[in-house]
Amino acid sequence: MSQSLVGELEPETGPDPGRPLHPEPVEPGAVGGAEVRRLIRFLLRRPGLVLSLLVIALVVLAAFWPTLFTSRDPLLGVPADRFQGPGAQHWFGTDELGRDIYARVVHGAALSLKATLIAVGVAFVAGGTIGLVAGFIGGWVENVLMRIVDVLLAIPALFLSLALVTALGFGTVKVAVAVGLASVASFARVMRSEVLRVRRAVYVEAARSTGARWYSVLLRHVLPNAMGPVLVLATIEFGLAVLAVSSLSFLGYGAPPPAPEWGTLISTGRNYLANAWWLSTLPGLTVAATVLAVNRIARALDGESATWR
Amino acid sequence: MRRYLAGRLGQAVAVLWAAYTISFLVLVWLPGDPVSAMAAGGLDQAAVDPAQLEALRREYGFDRPPLVQYLDYLGRAVRGDFGNSVATGRPVTSTLADALPYTLQLTAAALALAVLLGGALALYATYTPHRWLRQLLMSLPSLGVSLPTFWIGLMLVQLLSFRLRLLPAFGNEGAASLILPAVTLAIPTGAMVAQLLAKSLLTTLDEPYVETARAKGAGRIRVHLRHALRNAALPALTMVGILVGNLMAGSVVVETVFSRNGIGRETVGAVTVQDIPVVQGVVVFGALAYVLANLAVDLIYPLLDPRIVVTAAQPRSTG
Repeated sequence: MSQSLVGELEPETGPDPGRPLHPEPVEPGAVGGAEVRRLIRFLLRRPGLVLSLLVIALVVLAAFWPTLFTSRDPLLGVPADRFQGPGAQHWFGTDELGRDIYARVVHGAALSLKATLIAVGVAFVAGGTIGLVAGFIGGWVENVLMRIVDVLLAIPALFLSLALVTALGFGTVKVAVAVGLASVASFARVMRSEVLRVRRAVYVEAARSTGARWYSVLLRHVLPNAMGPVLVLATIEFGLAVLAVSSLSFLGYGAPPPAPEWGTLISTGRNYLANAWWLSTLPGLTVAATVLAVNRIARALDGESATWR
Repeated sequence: MRRYLAGRLGQAVAVLWAAYTISFLVLVWLPGDPVSAMAAGGLDQAAVDPAQLEALRREYGFDRPPLVQYLDYLGRAVRGDFGNSVATGRPVTSTLADALPYTLQLTAAALALAVLLGGALALYATYTPHRWLRQLLMSLPSLGVSLPTFWIGLMLVQLLSFRLRLLPAFGNEGAASLILPAVTLAIPTGAMVAQLLAKSLLTTLDEPYVETARAKGAGRIRVHLRHALRNAALPALTMVGILVGNLMAGSVVVETVFSRNGIGRETVGAVTVQDIPVVQGVVVFGALAYVLANLAVDLIYPLLDPRIVVTAAQPRSTG
């Protein structure tokens, strides 16, 4: 089943952007229709995947247009409504200042998503570059870089990010950068092994033999073809980064309290565990749902990219 | 065998040295001026007296050229001296040594629980003939690794301590206070164990020798436990280093949630006041735990898998 989808997706996600146009004119409507039907059938067999895509879509929507979901102000407390349980009035209840938790979770999506994207971006760019350079140049450069990567892998990621937070200071962006730098090593490893695999391919040799410059070989041929597994790793890393960022803001290094960052929300709820269960539970469920959804999507991508290779 | 061990030991020392160097780079050179960061930790930046800063700088040796600083600090670290905590003035090594027993208790209990539960889950999931049950069981580990550890802890406290009043929510007195933290820490770790072992078991069960054992009339349980598990556990064993790293990282969060003493709590306190010597000690300690775990695996592995000794005995592979 997944085979057929991969076959269908190949033209869109295929690695080579310079693919020549199809020689025969094909009626675009017919092909598109068949593809869409096949995609729908693929998704119908995987309700979990559909649900995951939906969750991520909701999180992204909430991050960019929070007013679509709630008209309440996440920072405005209504003293009369303190500690209201979840119900029709307040879906996720209210906190010690009478602020609506649902509004805070919705508005917090932007902060949490921003932090996660920064973390994954930093890891992707820095780790990818190290891996690319190591794999492409080889020799002593590769040895030195990969030994450093091995050492980075030996330090537990959270300790490394804690050290970086100590050096950089507190705040959402700094925490995100720290989380990202701490996971540079795994990106470098995957990127290097992919580059090593691609570098020996016949088409790379062909490109070299036709006199292509090293940078055009690197950018046009090696990089696009080495990208697949790295993108899968980026998806997995996305889930890990959500967890790491929320852990660090739970420990108190993220956004300062009035900001509705997810980890901070769970952390504040900790003080009222005994009498207001919803304060920590519901934001935590949101984080869990997001991470689960990302991991499910990563698994789907992994299965597909395995057949591209 | 001796050369194999010497090689492994050399690698371990090299990793520790490199980890120290990286932590030195990150903590001492990255902030630019570690002394004012340390002095201002928890305080207002303006409240620090410049003359006092100068004195601190001299005391910590930051008025010397960077390379001299590094070599001096490295030399002292080799002798086990990681400097004094800025916040308390106590030596970093004794601060960590005092906290270590609590963390060891917690991580050992969590590891035992994780291996037991994760192993049982993986064994039963690959053993059961029912497809739906297998799928259900196999989806538990991916749930376990997706839940934030601190949230699991808070939920357990809420339910078992505040609602049912069964177990203490905070502190580190008595065995009862260890249960909730250990369970919390065991959930993500056990999930990882289950994922690794189940994957490894599924590959092993497809191997020809398992087929042979079945053909010779061995029962399903016997094939599963005696033939498949022994070989499937080996690849999972190589991940122990990463598991230990995860446990260490998890203990930071769990000790905070349950207000337990330990390395993790020291770390959180040190980061909050930017106590650079303590944070550096913790980073090196984390690398040490990883290195020791891997060294232990390297030692045990040839005993469990005789094929390793054969290759290690050949001069080529060790040279």
